[in-house]
Amino acid sequence: MIPALAALLLCQLAGEIVARGLGLPVPGPVIGLIFLALGLAVYLRRPDAKPIEETRLGETASQLLASLGLLFVPAGVGVVQQLPRIAEHALAIVVALVGSTLVTLLATVYVFLVVKRLTGDAE
Amino acid sequence: MSNPFALWVYLSTTPLLWLTVTLTVWIAADRIAARCKRHPLVNPVLLSIIVLGALLTVTKTPYQTYFEGAQFVHFLLGPATVAIAIPLMRNRTLVRRNLLPMAAALVAGAIVAVVSVVAIASALGAPHDILIALAPKSTTAGIAMAVSESMGGDPALTAVLVISTGILGAVIVTPLMNALKINDYAARGFAVGLASHGIGTARAFAVSEIAGAFAGVAMGLNGVATALLAPLLMRLF
Repeated sequence: MIPALAALLLCQLAGEIVARGLGLPVPGPVIGLIFLALGLAVYLRRPDAKPIEETRLGETASQLLASLGLLFVPAGVGVVQQLPRIAEHALAIVVALVGSTLVTLLATVYVFLVVKRLTGDAE
Repeated sequence: MSNPFALWVYLSTTPLLWLTVTLTVWIAADRIAARCKRHPLVNPVLLSIIVLGALLTVTKTPYQTYFEGAQFVHFLLGPATVAIAIPLMRNRTLVRRNLLPMAAALVAGAIVAVVSVVAIASALGAPHDILIALAPKSTTAGIAMAVSESMGGDPALTAVLVISTGILGAVIVTPLMNALKINDYAARGFAVGLASHGIGTARAFAVSEIAGAFAGVAMGLNGVATALLAPLLMRLF
């Protein structure tokens, strides 16, 4: 588990260095994700490569992702501090968040499905 | 220790207490969600936030003290984001086959996410600082806070709005997609990851690994898209 965690942190660190160093608007962990994906692509070309989920990295990653929700709890508890500000404009905030989340889900899923249908024959 | 008050004074200043409480509350919330067969309304993130928020209020614990313990959990958001490379690569054939739908849905979703929330809140009279905090609400907390701060918004308020959006999307997505009879889990996952970042992605992983992988990709891509688009789109308001 420790080597796997170190690998994840190394990718994140490299991503952070690239993002800050080049002044990219992309967050470090997202660049770290790309680095890890590239690393895995290289690994999978090896003739003796195991399926990703059977590697220690794969196991650690699925354990971490299985509890992804937990990682948002500390920031979410910050709501106790913001309640007065939010209560002041509660109606606007609640309607905007619910309405926008709904519209965003619909726009994204339908554009995805329509473009998939239009380009599907090219496969 | 004979004096329970002295014990409390000691414990309340160590990170140990609130770290342990955060993990314990999460485990209980996740068990309840599992027992309710992962019903979308029983969201473990929401449940944990309500219980912990109530505990802080009752014990009069400042959020800063709480966060000294909880920051170790918060820190793992970074490595967990990197770890999304693994489900992504496991489903690489499916991802490669859906590149065009993903690109189109990303552009449409990123614009709709920012414009719709700002337009609705603005029509209902929310002041400009709230609009700025709302604009990046669909992206993951780290990016949203940076985007809002760069436009003069309050990062702490942004974080709370981001997490509210995450929970909303995680609660809405399953009943909405089922009602619309959309069975393409790549499309469903991509939509919830784009609209509701990591909390939507956590929900997607609970439903299907394919949905989770696409949600993770959408979360990453929309983080970048929003960082680029939100400052431009905010000029409309």
